[in-house]
Amino acid sequence: MLLRHTPKEIMERNALVINPAKTCQPIGAMYASLGINGCLPHSHGSQGCCAYHRSTLTRHYKEPISAATSSFTEGASVFGGQANLLQAIENIFTVYEPEIIAIHTTCLSETIGDDLKQIAIKAEKEGKIPKGKHIIGAPTPSYVGSHVTGFSNMVKAMAGMATPTGKKNGKVNIIPGWVEPSDMRELKRLAEMIGVDYTLFPDTSGVLDGPLSGEYTMFPKGGTTVQELKGCGDAIGTLALGEWCSADAARWLDSKCKVPCSVLDMPFGLKATDRFIDALRIVAGTTVPDEVTYERGQLVDLISDMHQYFYHKRVALVGDPDQLISMVEFLTSIDMIPAYVITGTPGKKFEARIKELTKDVPCEVKVKAWGDMFLLHQWIKNEPVDLLIGNTYCKYIARDEDIPLVRWGFPILDRQGHQYFPTVGYKGALRLLEKILSALLDRKDRDDPERTFELVM
Amino acid sequence: MARLKKKLVQWEPTDIKAELLTKYPPKVARKRAKQIMINEALENTTPEIVANVRTIPGIITMRGCTYAGCKGVIMGPTSDIVNLVHGPIGCSFYAWLTRRNQTSASGEKNENFIPYAMSTDMQDSDIIFGGEKKLEAAIQEAYDLFHPKGIAVFATCPVGLIGDDIHAVARKMKEKFGNCNVFAFSCEGYKGVSQSAGHHIANNQVFRHMVGTSTTEKTDKYKINLLGEYNIGGDGFEIDRILKKCGITNIATFSGNSTYDQFASANQADLSAVMCHRSINYVADMLEVKYGIPWIKINFIGANSTAKSLRKIAKYFGDQELIDRVEEVIAEEMPAVEVARADVLPRTEGKTAMIFVGGSRAHHYQELFKEMGMKTISAGYEFGHRDDYEGRQVIPTLKVDADSRNIEELEVEPDEKLFRPRKSPEEMQALEKDGLHFKEYHGLNPDMDKDTIIIDDMNQYEADKLIQIMKPDLFCAGIKEKYSVQKLGIPQKQLHSYDSGGPYAGFVGAVNFYHEIDRLVNSRVWSYMKAPWQENPELSATYVWE
Repeated sequence: MLLRHTPKEIMERNALVINPAKTCQPIGAMYASLGINGCLPHSHGSQGCCAYHRSTLTRHYKEPISAATSSFTEGASVFGGQANLLQAIENIFTVYEPEIIAIHTTCLSETIGDDLKQIAIKAEKEGKIPKGKHIIGAPTPSYVGSHVTGFSNMVKAMAGMATPTGKKNGKVNIIPGWVEPSDMRELKRLAEMIGVDYTLFPDTSGVLDGPLSGEYTMFPKGGTTVQELKGCGDAIGTLALGEWCSADAARWLDSKCKVPCSVLDMPFGLKATDRFIDALRIVAGTTVPDEVTYERGQLVDLISDMHQYFYHKRVALVGDPDQLISMVEFLTSIDMIPAYVITGTPGKKFEARIKELTKDVPCEVKVKAWGDMFLLHQWIKNEPVDLLIGNTYCKYIARDEDIPLVRWGFPILDRQGHQYFPTVGYKGALRLLEKILSALLDRKDRDDPERTFELVM
Repeated sequence: MARLKKKLVQWEPTDIKAELLTKYPPKVARKRAKQIMINEALENTTPEIVANVRTIPGIITMRGCTYAGCKGVIMGPTSDIVNLVHGPIGCSFYAWLTRRNQTSASGEKNENFIPYAMSTDMQDSDIIFGGEKKLEAAIQEAYDLFHPKGIAVFATCPVGLIGDDIHAVARKMKEKFGNCNVFAFSCEGYKGVSQSAGHHIANNQVFRHMVGTSTTEKTDKYKINLLGEYNIGGDGFEIDRILKKCGITNIATFSGNSTYDQFASANQADLSAVMCHRSINYVADMLEVKYGIPWIKINFIGANSTAKSLRKIAKYFGDQELIDRVEEVIAEEMPAVEVARADVLPRTEGKTAMIFVGGSRAHHYQELFKEMGMKTISAGYEFGHRDDYEGRQVIPTLKVDADSRNIEELEVEPDEKLFRPRKSPEEMQALEKDGLHFKEYHGLNPDMDKDTIIIDDMNQYEADKLIQIMKPDLFCAGIKEKYSVQKLGIPQKQLHSYDSGGPYAGFVGAVNFYHEIDRLVNSRVWSYMKAPWQENPELSATYVWE
């Protein structure tokens, strides 16, 4: 057993987190920043933070992740990091020539109280920001929230670039939340099919799913441009996908720039995608083309074809709030039982939402925000499940308890394909169903005795 | 070799260096110029390189932090000690199973805490009011759940700033438990200039809190410690296999596949064999001063180096029985290595490599490339010190700066009870005279060709430039550097944790490495980068009536 010290008996813990279901804010900010065209993310802290975030993102996306750091030493930690950041800004614009630097803080620079705004003003005054180039900043203290909070904070900083002209530009802002580059590409495809003029931010497609062509550029063509971000204050509306990842930015645009916002769930699964498509059509004033309705019908068809294998199967899920909410709804809608739901991100609202989504499920659903994977494992030991859905770290539980695992979420460090195949939208839901069914039936094929082993399933 | 010359002919090393510096702001260029050296390949009089100095803010470095060196590298591989990180959640999360240090969990009760990431998950209230109480409670909870022999507590950046006394908390809990050694590491990420400071902080505490505390006597005949081997991808498993086959007992590996008791018994070995000079040479010194264990530098990367290292160990013990056994083992192991080498050599000979990793690996792996007929045309360390480049003779002249001053140097003296000279001064002299050199490491520079370029704390910009100018057949660095290099169509081998695969140490490791490098540099994928219509863009047309 790999997790041989995990006891079945659950002891309440108040201080110790074991096998976390979250990580810290800055990595989320770094990922969001990569969704801006020509942007170099910058980590204002000691260089280990930047190294760890780059390594984790690289291992997940299998793509170059460029980001700089203020490389704090003990001196900077005592006297403040202003000098380091000013020097970094100058070096970055000289050597790497990005259009924009997106700076996020760390627990270190937050604890000593560095003020990003004030440092940015000083950099501007000292002429360290070349003409036409930009700096944005987001506070991302690692000791508050989780990586999801950091993502949200940087997306809010991106919205902060809005410079409304007072004239609407007819576009719809779509804030996708922390999803894969493939998902962002799929959202754009759907919006284009519906005929919506949109600004998607952040947009890591074209940045983190690049081709191998013998050429390398630190700033690929993809990403939301600074120009587009400036224009998002003139949009006719904002669709924020995910309360945790995207709502803050949308609400900011609503209150500061009078861009009306709707906060929706991330479009994973049938119902959440339905709501997304419907909201998109209404805000843009277009009609949904038959092709989209056709895709939807295909999904419903597959659900009906597979239903017998899904019915009342117990599933344990671990991940981030926005993703879990939609996934729990999806699983419930195909009559699976989301028995255990854990996120490491704090938030009582999450627990309430999951309870509400599962109120008709015919057995108890355990849910915990600010939980960890150690607790999830203990729940499973007390009453097993048929399937586990979560990130790569789940494989230790899956192996010990002999449960099929569908890798979904962040980070995925041991399988490929997630960068390329979306799980949002109707097409994405097809892929989710395929993965779930394969996991369940591969297990059945492995376990069935010879006399009941079947060709046709 | 003709191919190699063709590539390099248009660039003089001085021009390459100038090209690497040209875009930098003047201050940065001045600093980097001292860390980029054109090698003269001279032993003991090698020109000075600046190393182990601060990274320049904003310059995209390969380096990590002190915490990474302490928790991730040194303490991570020990299976039966609970590692508890005091800080916000991220630091514990990122160091969770990401270094590929394998374990056989060979502790007394097969404890294996490596798959567990533990953290106090500090919140803003802990930052404001202090985190000592939470740490104390977390240690108690870890103890109640796991009853381990040892709990190691690691500080992260904010802990040092808010002034939590983790050592006092550890002492208090150790006394309270009575049967669990609780000790702490002040390895805040901002200390030092790289991971190297973290190695030092970790090793000091291992030495202080564990070494020499075992009461079980080890009675084996040929007892060594293996220092600076981290069992990445199973390297340590392969080395242990070979040592065992030779009849050599490895008392303690620092710290690959290690256990609490191994550290505790390290004082009982009769020789310390040092792999990674950078991360641990000072422990070898301390083991000698306090317990009387001499040390030699060895290298199990490369089949020839492995054979050489085994012979050195046999020579030290001096028994004909062991010397003969080592020769038998080498004779048994080498044929398979030679078969693999002969297989790949026609495809690898004359290819070029660059290596920018670690504090010793950039040196060690050149041996493997040599065996494959590949030349290392540029190399450097991520966190090495001057002695790793120039040799140990420079140690007395190393400057203590503001960043190295805050890393503790332990003062040790001969242990009243446990100090025991392993050899008489005459025996040591005789061995030295016979070519077995103690406490010697001549560094990377003398082993590289004249005019090769040696770069300390290499960064992304310089790497891109260097690759574009020199077009190596293979680039070796870490995971962060991997994909930007490969986008250029140049294969990259990750030499920190190998991405996948291994072991690459010892005889089996050499065979694995030959095949892996052959696969990388000769992969068909690099020929697919351009579509047919990109390679031959001429238009062709047909007449309408055709």
